[in-house]
Amino acid sequence: MTQSATPDIAAGRLRADDLAANFDDVKPPLDRKKALIESSRCYFCHDAPCVEACPTSIDVPNFIRMINTGNTLGAAEEILDANILGGMCARVCPTEILCEDKCVRNTSEDKPVNIGMLQRYAVDHLLQSNHRPFARQKPTGKRVAVVGGGPAGLSCAHALAIHGHDVTIFEARPKLGGLNEYGIAAYKTVNDFAQKEVQFILSIGGISAKTGQALGRDVTLDQLRKDFDAVFLGFGLAGVNALGLADEDKLSGVEDAVAYIADLRQAADKSKLKVGRKVVVIGGGNTAIDISVQTKRLGAEDVTLVYRRGPEHMSATWHEQEFAQVNGVKLKHWARPIRLLGHNGAIKEVEFERTALDDRGQLVGTGETYSILCDQVFKAIGQKLVKDPVNGKARESLDLHGGKIAVNEERKTSLGNVWAGGDCIASGIDLTVQSVEDGKVAARSIDRYLRGK
Amino acid sequence: MADLRSNFIGIKSPNPFWLASAPPTDKEYNVVRAFKAGWGGVVWKTLGENPPVVNVSSRYGALHSADQRMIGFNNIELITDRPLEVNLREIKQVKRDWPDRAVVVSLMVPCTEEAWKGILPLVEETGADGVELNFGCPHGMSERGMGSAVGQVPEYVGMVAKWCKQYTRMPVIVKLTPNVTDVRKPARAAKEGGADAVSLINTINSITSIDLDIMAPTPTVDGKGTHGGYCGPAVKPIAMHMVADIARDKDTFGLPISAIGGIANWRDAAEFIALSAGTVQVCTAAMHYGFRIVDDMISGLANWMDGKGYKTIEDFRGKAVPNVTDWQFLNINYKSIARIDQDKCIKCGLCHIACEDTSHQAIAAQRVDGKRRYEVIDAECVGCNLCNHVCPVPDCISMVAVETGKPYLNWTQDPRNPMRKAAE
Ligand SMILES: Cc1cc2nc3c(=O)[nH]c(=O)nc-3n(C[C@H](O)[C@H](O)[C@H](O)COP(=O)(O)OP(=O)(O)OC[C@H]3O[C@@H](n4cnc5c(N)ncnc54)[C@H](O)[C@@H]3O)c2cc1C
Ligand SMILES: Cc1cc2nc3c(=O)[nH]c(=O)nc-3n(C[C@H](O)[C@H](O)[C@H](O)COP(=O)(O)O)c2cc1C
Ligand code: SF4
Ligand code: SF4
Ligand code: SF4
Repeated sequence: MTQSATPDIAAGRLRADDLAANFDDVKPPLDRKKALIESSRCYFCHDAPCVEACPTSIDVPNFIRMINTGNTLGAAEEILDANILGGMCARVCPTEILCEDKCVRNTSEDKPVNIGMLQRYAVDHLLQSNHRPFARQKPTGKRVAVVGGGPAGLSCAHALAIHGHDVTIFEARPKLGGLNEYGIAAYKTVNDFAQKEVQFILSIGGISAKTGQALGRDVTLDQLRKDFDAVFLGFGLAGVNALGLADEDKLSGVEDAVAYIADLRQAADKSKLKVGRKVVVIGGGNTAIDISVQTKRLGAEDVTLVYRRGPEHMSATWHEQEFAQVNGVKLKHWARPIRLLGHNGAIKEVEFERTALDDRGQLVGTGETYSILCDQVFKAIGQKLVKDPVNGKARESLDLHGGKIAVNEERKTSLGNVWAGGDCIASGIDLTVQSVEDGKVAARSIDRYLRGK
Repeated sequence: MADLRSNFIGIKSPNPFWLASAPPTDKEYNVVRAFKAGWGGVVWKTLGENPPVVNVSSRYGALHSADQRMIGFNNIELITDRPLEVNLREIKQVKRDWPDRAVVVSLMVPCTEEAWKGILPLVEETGADGVELNFGCPHGMSERGMGSAVGQVPEYVGMVAKWCKQYTRMPVIVKLTPNVTDVRKPARAAKEGGADAVSLINTINSITSIDLDIMAPTPTVDGKGTHGGYCGPAVKPIAMHMVADIARDKDTFGLPISAIGGIANWRDAAEFIALSAGTVQVCTAAMHYGFRIVDDMISGLANWMDGKGYKTIEDFRGKAVPNVTDWQFLNINYKSIARIDQDKCIKCGLCHIACEDTSHQAIAAQRVDGKRRYEVIDAECVGCNLCNHVCPVPDCISMVAVETGKPYLNWTQDPRNPMRKAAE
């Protein structure tokens, strides 16, 4: 077998119009006619199971009924009252395991009401209008610091601003939005929607954003706790898990999926992004699916996703797995990487060992191996909390649980005036919609605290 | 295979499905398409004297169900706006080309003997099978002393029917307006006047909606609107009641009826026939979906009849009439209660909330192992049927009879009735 001496990683693999089509809206919005037909399918259930399945408890039957009566603004208000990022959630929620999974229409006809698309229809309608449904209550003079401008931080900040508190967001990156801006697959949120939503949220007033300000580098938790009446931590998971293989950091072409996606999301011109001809992705979550599909859509010829367990163990939903397959990604299961082989400092081959479950249900290597030739490898095996900023040199340190911040029901941490929510807490659910809920719940608790103070 | 042939007051047609007098029957072109599609007969769009009427724009309003289907329809159109001789020429041609189909001609002329005496021979000359007197149109024509202005006065109905019987040998059908308090009165008058049959209902006075931007009723004509005639699925219950009233009235018992109003499929047709209708007429459903709907009407009725062992229409015609009674004769000792088929139930909770909020608190919302379960509380259920109607799953809730051990007792006999007749 002959091999090219240099790895084949190149930009501009596809024509501009193909690229544009590949990164266009993956689920085009409903028009009025479709929204009317789809909304008519909702039975307006009592004690609706879909509401129970939504982490933010949006009153689904009520908002769908409002769409059907032509009260689209009312529908959007109903959604945003429960979930201020209802527009993004409508685009990114894995509805197949949330609200739509519980829709009673699954029982009768295996086809749920398309709740996500209806939610998007209503919220987009409101955002495109000049209707602004929220107003601030009388200023309280209380000040809250929010660390991290992602879904959790934005949700918390908005709810606090409504209650009349003054909020300052400290965000390490140049733009607000968190993974909405830097992480979600490009075709799920087109036309700069993340920033439009951020603008809508900030338009309530009372929220100032300090971007480029990182906790641990530019400010400390001790200082924030002193300067502000309360602090909310919503800084997500800034660290990535490593494969733990030799040369992982030395070989070129071995990349972190989340960082690559961030570049992709920020790229003004996607034809400038370099992508391998043969790509290997390691991981089994949504990040793994997203990097696979996006590299494929950038023009990679072969993309192989390798996961150490079976399809049913992947944290990517069946819907996401199917989406990857439809996009031509090859999914391989029951194998783990054991060696990265390079040539002239660049990745050339990944060796895998087949895995299985032993008698006690533990994952073990079988000793049998195979390898895949490649030009580029993406690590997508999860992110982790960077503890330094909070516990580095702080006087009092936060309790952690399973490597994440420990909180109670109200999202209160072990520290007096500090709350936390989103991916950085130990909830076990790393979803946009769950982060929004965390921010909302925390804000309620912070408000009570500030009023009692 | 069931025999669907119909012989209605001597007018024969291969099936009992006729198109009602309305736009679908306004021209040879439409009627030929209808006959090609399989319709058994037509009542030609109402003819009047020359000069023809003039129509406005626009003309129709509608009520939609949540899934955007038209369930009620309303119009402010008048009778045919084409010259009399054009219509007569086309009727003659169609009857010649389609001798096996029923062609009835609808008429509306001023309420004078000369007017009716003048037009009837012209129609007779076309070879048409009969005439239908349009005493029903609720708008535009009534202001001119025609249509429902005649139909609402029983004496006029009888008088015109009599003139018609006098001046033509053709069968005469009187089309009744529902815009009266008691439809039996004009029906009796029609019978006394010698009419061979009645047809009903014509359209109901209505305003379908207000355009909230321009603050005017729809359909809107240059910023204004007016009441129009209501029809379509929404009017079927009203038509059924009126047909049943005539079918069981002792004075009109046996008077042939051509039923009209909201008929859209074979089942609607069968229901009207069970209430004694000899033929059924359709307008809105054809205007909504086109003539093709007759396929379902023909095969659906035939298959249902085969299943029931009815060989001809006559075998089941009028069979439901004896079971239509007055409230006071219903068995007060009968009891039914709701039953939920848990395997079919999709746990939408609609039955519970309907009963809980608005009725008898007879459906319990439970959680069994965290799963929703809706269960009828037998002791509280009065058998009202509300849950059954709101349940979105077919045959999920049924009303079952409960043995009470009590004999038949109606309100006239009930001791709780202060005005009951003395016991025999
Ligand atoms: C590639 C990818 C795809 C995903 N796709 C989906 C999806 O389709 N659907 C879905 O529901 N979920 C998806 N998720 C998960 C979802 O994005 C997260 O659950 C959600 O964004 C978490 O919100 P958050 O506010 O907790 O954190 P983040 O969105 O991560 O926001 C945290 C913010 O804090 C900032 N920050 C970090 N450290 C500091 C510091 N020291 N000081 C100041 N600021 C700091 C970050 O820059 C960031 O802006 C995806 C995640 C990834 C990685
Ligand atoms: C647009 C329109 C025009 C009508 N014109 C007449 C008419 O000229 N003569 C008549 O007797 N009935 C007329 N009707 C009434 C219909 O013949 C019929 O009685 C009524 O629509 C009820 O039937 P449906 O529910 O099937 O539509 C008209 C109805 C409609 C919708
Ligand atoms: S926020 Fe997400 S889970 Fe909740 S109703 Fe909307 S789409 Fe469904
Ligand atoms: S479960 Fe389905 S049908 Fe019922 S309210 Fe929710 S979306 Fe509507
Ligand atoms: S209305 Fe029907 S489907 Fe819904 S909960 Fe009641 S019985 Fe079940």
